[in-house]
Amino acid sequence: MQIVSTFIAGILFGLGLVVSGLINPAKVLNFLDLAGTWDPSLAFTMAAAILTTAIGYRIVFQRRAPLLGGSFQLPAATDLDVRLVGGAALFGIGWGLIGFCPGPAVAALSSGMTSTMVFVGAMLAGMALARALDKPSFRLSTQPKI
Amino acid sequence: MVESLSTENILAAATGGVLIGIAAVLLMAMTGRIAGVSGFVSRLLPPYTDDAKASRLAFVAGLVAAPLIYTATTANAVAITVSNSAPLLVVGGLLVGFGAVRGGGCTSGHGVCGTARLSPRSIVATAVFMVTGIVTVFVMRHVIGA
Repeated sequence: MQIVSTFIAGILFGLGLVVSGLINPAKVLNFLDLAGTWDPSLAFTMAAAILTTAIGYRIVFQRRAPLLGGSFQLPAATDLDVRLVGGAALFGIGWGLIGFCPGPAVAALSSGMTSTMVFVGAMLAGMALARALDKPSFRLSTQPKI
Repeated sequence: MVESLSTENILAAATGGVLIGIAAVLLMAMTGRIAGVSGFVSRLLPPYTDDAKASRLAFVAGLVAAPLIYTATTANAVAITVSNSAPLLVVGGLLVGFGAVRGGGCTSGHGVCGTARLSPRSIVATAVFMVTGIVTVFVMRHVIGA
């Protein structure tokens, strides 16, 4: 059931990317091109997605637990650190270079285009690198162990 | 008046956003998880292991299936226009993948889900990647002129 509902959520999410045009890097780059061929329509996508989620979450969180059991897994971190800001900044640069973020890039794999595969391959490598840096052996901290 | 702002375009953009929102709410209601694509995808990479791998794969499969379902049911092609410069795709992909994991989320996790929860981290991350994305497009299109 967990797998079926996650699959359905993935399809709905992907359909949203297709219907809105967020799957199309050319459209995304125009959305970000305020000084040129600006296409503001994706702002409506962002606003509608955030509003729908905000209202839906409000209803969902009235329950104590998800319908399929377990618990709500919400991020616990609250600090606005260099890692967050630096990561988001790099992410935005990559997004602005090509016009793909992870969701649309993965959904666009279905097109079989070589460009998409090259992008997703590089994206996976970038993700693996960031995860590797997260491993304790790579941490630069020299704090004594208690 | 911006040409891309026809009623039709706005309607499609907003409908897509609502679909993305419904997907995020469904996922939270059923499984208690944030619909964060970079989180799902990066945790499919080795050596990361836990018991939710099948679910993550199901979400990714749904994303890939969505454009195919859309084309099969509406007979409309999905427009995807993307750069064919391999170096640019590799650099963009690396930055998107690395930045998303480092910053703890991407357009979906931070931009939609986190912002809908009014998470300060997500709002900051979203503001940062919007700004660096806009600046990158400006530099690429209007300074370098690529």
